[in-house]
Amino acid sequence: MTTTTLPTTAHRRSRGPFAGLRALTLSESRLFARDRVGAFFTLAFPTVLLLVLGLIPSFKEPLAPGGPRLIDVYTPIIVAMVLSTSAVQGLPAVVATYREQGVLRRMRTTPVRPQTLLLAIMATMMGVTLVSTVLVLVVARLAFGVPLPQSPLAYLVALLFTGVAVYGLGLLVAAVAPSGRAGNAIGTVLFFPLMFFGGLWLPRDVMPELLRGISDFTPLGAGAGALQAAAWGEWPQLLHLAVLAGWAVLTAALATRFFRWE
Amino acid sequence: MTVIEVNGLQKRYGEHVAVADVSFEVQEGEIFGVLGPNGAGKTTTVECVEGLRVPDGGTIRVLGLDPQRDVVALRQVLGVQLQDSKLPERMTVAEAVSLYSTFYDDPADGDALVDRLNLARQRDTRFGNLSGGQQQRLAIVLALLGRPRVAVLDELTTGLDPQSRRHTWELVEQIRDDGVTVVLVTHFMEEAERLCDRIALIDAGRVVAVDTPSGLVERTRAPQVIRFRPSGPVDEDMLRALPEVGSVVTHRDGRVEVTGTGDVLATVTTALAHERIIAAELRVTQPRLDDAFVALTGEGTR
Repeated sequence: MTTTTLPTTAHRRSRGPFAGLRALTLSESRLFARDRVGAFFTLAFPTVLLLVLGLIPSFKEPLAPGGPRLIDVYTPIIVAMVLSTSAVQGLPAVVATYREQGVLRRMRTTPVRPQTLLLAIMATMMGVTLVSTVLVLVVARLAFGVPLPQSPLAYLVALLFTGVAVYGLGLLVAAVAPSGRAGNAIGTVLFFPLMFFGGLWLPRDVMPELLRGISDFTPLGAGAGALQAAAWGEWPQLLHLAVLAGWAVLTAALATRFFRWE
Repeated sequence: MTVIEVNGLQKRYGEHVAVADVSFEVQEGEIFGVLGPNGAGKTTTVECVEGLRVPDGGTIRVLGLDPQRDVVALRQVLGVQLQDSKLPERMTVAEAVSLYSTFYDDPADGDALVDRLNLARQRDTRFGNLSGGQQQRLAIVLALLGRPRVAVLDELTTGLDPQSRRHTWELVEQIRDDGVTVVLVTHFMEEAERLCDRIALIDAGRVVAVDTPSGLVERTRAPQVIRFRPSGPVDEDMLRALPEVGSVVTHRDGRVEVTGTGDVLATVTTALAHERIIAAELRVTQPRLDDAFVALTGEGTR
């Protein structure tokens, strides 16, 4: 097999389309760590919430003889919350602030594309999400004996699908939010219905039939459902994976349509 | 050598015509000013040159590159300082410089640039804690990091105090002395007059004139104004009879104002000396770019 390269463009192409991604991701991670309040809410708050819930005696009683306890049910819900916090609140706040202050615009004047900065922000958020998820699972296991996900592969698949769906939603909010403040506000307003259907106030297992039916079609309802199934060692329902994929495609398409660099 | 060529540039935003017809050429090694009232289309014009906006008509070449088609190559040779563009608040000067250095094939020495722009003591200061002048200087550092051959500086000194402004002007001259062609967008007359080799005067989306600052002043034929307090009564008609003199007015407080052209100052003082009158508190106002600006753009009549 032979390939021909054009020597004139080889030098410029050598940097590749993701040039600058590593440096930008490191930079974004450093900036994230410096925002102590934001870092606390994404990294530590879910674990703190888990600890508080776990200290309520009734959370440690089996729902039915031999069945899971409320704390077992809540652990995947909190993991779903970790994903939605970083995607729907963290991501739009950063992106909209950067657009408002002209950081994205300045990026356009350099050889690095602003899309790369967007990827770096997402990579940072996902890294933080992963750390926070592991923290929740380990603390739940050590403090309350919540079993680690029985099927790690299924759990990763559920995390991936839920992640793609909520990050799509986050990008859509980032696309339409005119300022960092607005991004934050929209994200917060969205957080409540998302988490309601995800079961934060009323776990899906005890939801009335109709409510759970609706929840199945929301990003975090499907996400929590998929994570719960994987936590028990089952494969997520096809319906849930399809719903998550649908949300991902829809939100990504809308975000692409409405996104503005300035 | 021509570095930038803009030919018949047009740009509309919906119904609003931002740039109706702009053409100019920038030569290598000059400081070229783009001057005009607010909303004249200056920023839109340079944003098309920078490849940030897609023109509706006309052609642009920067070092032979088409800013839309050859944007990848353009980014390596064009340094841009944008109007109102910030950095993340928590990023320090040193971090910004080292991050932006990774974007270029052959970056300049960032530390040396930071020293030269007088930011050495702010190296570890976060962007949000820098003063307006320091933020602007950091923007210049970032614009020069890629060793550009052309630098576009938009409203560089807006919001700076007079001292920082003068210091920034010296920096712009140094940049040019290093062989970088500079395009300076400004609405400050004093800045354009002091720095620019040539100026494109833009008004309502069109180029009104392209000339040197003194060339623009000459075009307007604005009169010089002489004011003084005479030691004795002045014969106004005698002064009016002088060919260089246009008008003579004696104010109530006894001061006299004479307008005229050419060598009017020497003519008037000679005539007064002949009458044994001493002109105290003598002031001469030369026409400046300001006057040319008003005359050529019709600013005052709006």
